[in-house]
Amino acid sequence: MTSPLVSIRGLEKRFDLSGSLLEQITFEGGRFRRKKEAVHAINGVDLEVQRGEALCVVGESGCGKSTIARTVMGLLSPSAGEIHYDGQRIDNLERKASLPYRRKMQMIFQNPYASLNPRMTIQQTLEEPIRFHHPDWSPIQVRDKIHEVMHSVGIDPDWGSRFGHEFSGGQRQRIAIARALAVDPEFIVADEPISALDVSIQAQVLNLLMDAQESRGLTYLFITHDLAVVEHFGTRVAVMYLGRVCELADTKTLFATPRHPYTQALLSAIPKLEDDRPNHIRLKGEVPTPVNLPSGCVFHGRCPYANERCRQEVPGLITTDGGNQVACHAVEEGRL
Amino acid sequence: MTTATVSRWDRFRESFLWYSFKRDKVAIVSFVVLMLMVLAAVFAPLLAPADPYDLAQINIMNSELPPAGLAGSDPAFPLGTDAQGRDMLSTILYGTQVSLMIGFGAVVLQAALGILFGLLAGYLGGRVDAVLMRIADVQLSFSTLMVAIIVGAVFKASFGNLMFGEIAIYMLIFIIGVSEWPQIARTVRASVLAEKKKEYVDAAKVMGFSTPRIMFRHILPNTLSPIFVIATVQIANAIISEAALSFLGLGMPETQPSLGSLIKSGFDYIQSGSWWITLLPGLVLVVLVLVINLLGDWLRDVMNPRLYKG
Repeated sequence: MTSPLVSIRGLEKRFDLSGSLLEQITFEGGRFRRKKEAVHAINGVDLEVQRGEALCVVGESGCGKSTIARTVMGLLSPSAGEIHYDGQRIDNLERKASLPYRRKMQMIFQNPYASLNPRMTIQQTLEEPIRFHHPDWSPIQVRDKIHEVMHSVGIDPDWGSRFGHEFSGGQRQRIAIARALAVDPEFIVADEPISALDVSIQAQVLNLLMDAQESRGLTYLFITHDLAVVEHFGTRVAVMYLGRVCELADTKTLFATPRHPYTQALLSAIPKLEDDRPNHIRLKGEVPTPVNLPSGCVFHGRCPYANERCRQEVPGLITTDGGNQVACHAVEEGRL
Repeated sequence: MTTATVSRWDRFRESFLWYSFKRDKVAIVSFVVLMLMVLAAVFAPLLAPADPYDLAQINIMNSELPPAGLAGSDPAFPLGTDAQGRDMLSTILYGTQVSLMIGFGAVVLQAALGILFGLLAGYLGGRVDAVLMRIADVQLSFSTLMVAIIVGAVFKASFGNLMFGEIAIYMLIFIIGVSEWPQIARTVRASVLAEKKKEYVDAAKVMGFSTPRIMFRHILPNTLSPIFVIATVQIANAIISEAALSFLGLGMPETQPSLGSLIKSGFDYIQSGSWWITLLPGLVLVVLVLVINLLGDWLRDVMNPRLYKG
C-alpha cells in the first residue's frame, strides 16, 4: 500500500464556550468556581486519504464533518492531533511555509451565494489566485489559464466581466470550482458542494467534479450528508457520529454489508423505490450534546446492542473480515 | 447568451443608484446646488471680483457698504462689503472654499483612521478589538467641540497668532478628523464582523492570501456602502464644527476667513445695521449643510438594503 496523500492523526477540535475569565467564574454552593465548557466537535479522528480516491465523509448535522474539512484546510487549528500532507506535517506551518500546500490543496464551499466576493468580477476572482501563486507568469499565460479553467467547468470565458450575483446557483458553484482548479491543485476538500443547489443541477455539478477528477488526477475529501451522492461518487466512505469515525469502508462494501449499528440505521433510512424491507431501524432518543460527551462509545445511549463495556470503554477501529473498519465492541466480540 | 464587456459607465447607468437618483427631485436639486457651490468655491480665484487675501486691494473707505439695491450701495460690490472693506461676494466664495476644504479634509482623515481601526478591530478581534473599541468609547465620551476647544486653545497659545493663522486650516482638519473617527470605526467594525464569516473570506484564506490583502482587497470593498452614507453626513457635521469653532474665535483667522469666521466678524456689527456681513455667509452655510444632509438622507435610503428590497 502506497503512502497516503493526506493523513489525519488523532485529530481533536474543541470550541471554547465559556468566554473570558470573568464569565467563567460561577457561584455554586457558597463557593466561587471556575467553570470551563467546550463543544467537542471532533474527538480523536484518524483518516487517511489515498492518492486518486474520493473519500466521502457522511454523518448527520453537527457530527463534525465540516470541522474536519476546515481543520484539514487550515481554516481552524486542531486542539490536538496532526495533519500530514504527502508525509509533511502541515497543521503547524507558518503562512509563508504553507504557501506551496495552499496551491496543492483547495476547497469548494457549500454556499455558492456566499463563496464569491460580491465586489469582484468573475475575471478578477479567477485571476487573483493565479497571479498570487504564479507571480512570474505573463498576462497572456494568466489569460490562457483562466480561459482553460472556465472552459473546463462549462462557463463561457466571455462572461468574465460579470459579477457573481448575475449567475444562477449552479453557475456560481461552477465558478467556485474553477477558482479552486485555477491553481492546479492535487487535493480538493469539498464541503457539501451540492447541498445548496437545485436537485436538477446537483447531478451536473457532481459529474463536473468527477470529470475533473479523471482529467486532472484529483483526490477528493468529500463532505456530505447525502447517501445517494456517496454511493455514486465515493471510493471509500467514513461514517461519523458525534465527532468520531464509527465505520470506514469501500463504498460497495459499506452499502452491501454495513457493520456498525449506526451505519445500519443510517442506510436503512434511505428511501427506496421498491420498499421490500419492512421497516427502517428506528433509533431511540436524540444525539447527545457535544458539550458533555457520553463516556465510552459515543453511540451507546442509542445503541440496541450496548452493554456495560460500551458504557465504559471507547472502541477503536478494528478491521473485520469483510474489510470494513468498525469502531464497535459488539462487532469485535461477535455479538453482532 | 453572449454579451460584450460592459463599461463601468454603462453599469452605473443600469444601477439602482442612478435609477433612484433620477426619480428623486430633492436629490437632484440638492446635488445640483452642491455641485454649483463646490465649483464656485474651487474656481473662486477666477470667479471672485476681488482677492480678499490681498491687502493692497482693500480700501477701508469702502467698509460696511450695503448689498446692491439698498441705499448707499456701490455697484462694484454686489453683496456689499464687510467692516474691513472686503467685497462680500469674493470673501464668501473664498470662505466657502475654506469651509469645504476643512469639511472634506476632516472626513478623509476620519475615514482613513476609522476604516483602518475598524478593519483591524473587526477582523483580528480579541485583544486588538477590545483595546481599539475601548479607545473609541473613551473618545466618544468627550464632546468633539470640547476637545477641539482645548486643543485649539493650546495650539493658539503655543504658536502665537501669526503662526496659528498659517496652520489653522490643517489644525482644524486634524482636530475634527481625529475626534470623529470612532463613528466610522464602529460602523466598519460591525460590517466586517458580518462579512468575515462569509465563505468568500474562507476561500481567500484557503488561497493563502495574507491578512492585509484579505482585509483591504476582499472585505473592505464590501463594507463601503455604509461608510459613504456616514461620510456624507460627516462632511456637513465637520463644516458645522468648524463654523462653531470659528465663531468661538478658535477657528480660521479673519485674514483667511471661513464661513464661520465671517459670521463671527459680522456679528459685532449686526447691532449697528450692517446685518449682511453675518446674514449672507450664514445663508450660504445653511444651504451648504442642508443640501449635503439631504443628499446623505437620500443615499442612506438607497443603500439601506431593507428599504431597497421592500
